[in-house]
Amino acid sequence: MVLSVDSVSYAYGPRVTVSQFSLALATGQHVLLLGPSGSGKTTLINLIAGLLTPQTGRIAICGEDMGSASPTQRDDLRRRRVGLIFQTLRLVSALSLRANLTLAQRLSGTSDAAAIDLLLERLGIAHRANAQPRELSQGEAQRAAIARALVGKPDLLIADEPTSALDDDNAARVGQLLVETANANGSTLLVATHDARLRALIPNVVTLEAAA
Amino acid sequence: MLGLAFAYLRDRALTTALNVLLLAIAVATLVLLLLFSTQISQRFERDAQGIDLVVGAKGSPLQLILSSIYQIDNPTGNIPLESVAMLRRDPSVARAVPLALGDNFRGFRIVGTEAAYLDIYGAKLAQGRLNAVDAEAVLGAAVARETGAKLGQKFLGSHGLGEDEGGSEHEHIPFTTVGILKPTGTVIDRLIVTSVESVWDAHGIAHDDEHAKGGEQERGHGHEAEHDTGHAAEHDRGPATSMSDAQGEMKPEVTALLVSYRNAYGAIRIPGMINRQTELQAAVPAIETARLLTLFGSAIDGARIFAWLLAATGGLAIFVALLNAARAREGDLALLRVMGASRTRVFGTIVLEGVLTAAAGALLGVLGGHLLLWLASRGFQTLSDLGLSAFVFHPGEAAIVGGVLLIGVLAALIPAARVFRTDLAQTLAQAS
Repeated sequence: MVLSVDSVSYAYGPRVTVSQFSLALATGQHVLLLGPSGSGKTTLINLIAGLLTPQTGRIAICGEDMGSASPTQRDDLRRRRVGLIFQTLRLVSALSLRANLTLAQRLSGTSDAAAIDLLLERLGIAHRANAQPRELSQGEAQRAAIARALVGKPDLLIADEPTSALDDDNAARVGQLLVETANANGSTLLVATHDARLRALIPNVVTLEAAA
Repeated sequence: MLGLAFAYLRDRALTTALNVLLLAIAVATLVLLLLFSTQISQRFERDAQGIDLVVGAKGSPLQLILSSIYQIDNPTGNIPLESVAMLRRDPSVARAVPLALGDNFRGFRIVGTEAAYLDIYGAKLAQGRLNAVDAEAVLGAAVARETGAKLGQKFLGSHGLGEDEGGSEHEHIPFTTVGILKPTGTVIDRLIVTSVESVWDAHGIAHDDEHAKGGEQERGHGHEAEHDTGHAAEHDRGPATSMSDAQGEMKPEVTALLVSYRNAYGAIRIPGMINRQTELQAAVPAIETARLLTLFGSAIDGARIFAWLLAATGGLAIFVALLNAARAREGDLALLRVMGASRTRVFGTIVLEGVLTAAAGALLGVLGGHLLLWLASRGFQTLSDLGLSAFVFHPGEAAIVGGVLLIGVLAALIPAARVFRTDLAQTLAQAS
């Protein structure tokens, strides 16, 4: 299993956000985590990515325990195994698109300029390789974020609301590219969103209900 | 991470440039003060080595020392030739070297003296010969270099001690270059040395050969030179090597005597003995130089404190810039963490920004300090005469650079430490 979430719970004070949640994803599997705002999607993603520590339950990525690992071990596991895409936080602002990808590659312990070119080509933003993040359009920026998350060839690609800020055309295009590039990379894909437009691309859906 | 730190600095180029400039000004000031104070102090020490006492006309003892040893001020006047003989007769005096000043060539002083003057500074010949007799001159290394003078070349001395005095040329007595000295790093590098008699001749002062040796009485004009009366009148205004007697005839004199003692008893007895004479004063170089350096030292210490305050202000500016930057790019820092950069690595990137800013300021400041000294020594004759060199590096400069780098690190520590306090999930939630 690439991802194994077993009876995980998390509460902000008295407010339980994630309760006894379980999920298992095999290599190359794509899942849409669908739910309204406040249903705990982001909290769940933060738990899986090791940005939060589960209060109960166990999370493992490629068999390595994320939940009980030390902060340093979690940083290392995330660096090696996980690619993360956010709604608006896409690239390091001071670096060009290419420099962002190079940095992401280095942080994941690889260095392959040809792979960067290929990824940019595949995502249709090769001509923007030297642009600064502020010079990119919304659609370009989100494609750049996909490239940044995938360039380290992660086993698990997690996207949090990747299309929510985009219009229909861009949302469809970004969603399509997300699936295609994850497939090309052989990455397992977990997309957390309230954007039902993605159902058509990722039919495997897990629904979260809003917390009471 | 170095590339990322550079990228962040480039991203806020104006703030970075201002911070670098602030630090560069502070460092340049500190370097300038360091070079100036150490070179002046070393130069003063070197130039006064082997001279225990300077005897000259009454006036400011400091002026006497500055004019006779360091050649950077006007003499206090002239002293009678008899004083040379008097001091040479004294058993406590090992050496009494006369100096006759009053002329220059392109701003370089012409010093009428004896071979013993060259011995004081350990002068060695690069070309020609050391012994300059009638109307002959030996040039210091800097004089030869800067004027391009060659052996056998003739030149005319001008009246006055500096080029800017605009004195008339002594056309009737051209000097011939017979020797060029090797560099010594002392005052002699910037002097033109000739015999005392040659200076008298240039000024049309009648004398005989015994005068310069400290003869007790004048014995006629065995070596009279031509001169015009207009010239003689000019000499009376400034430092000269003569005085008119009751008949209006110019008497040979010297400007000062550089004295070395044979024994400690001389140091106790001679200054008091000379100062009791109405015409003469004795100044001890060690005392006057120490007084001058103390005066300099206080001013330099004040300026140094000001410069370090400026450097601290530069550090504060870096601190504010980095703190604001760290706040403004919390999302970026969180993204870096998400991409797998450890806390320590992100912390290091911010510290590196502080260090790079400080390093750029330090580097520019060091270059600026040397450039300022170079410009100052070219622009001000006095500094040039002191032989200040902008191309000498002092070990203290490394300490200044180290201090400024430390300021850069300290200024970055608090903004960088935010990375350890940041709640990553919360920051990402806010940024997204």
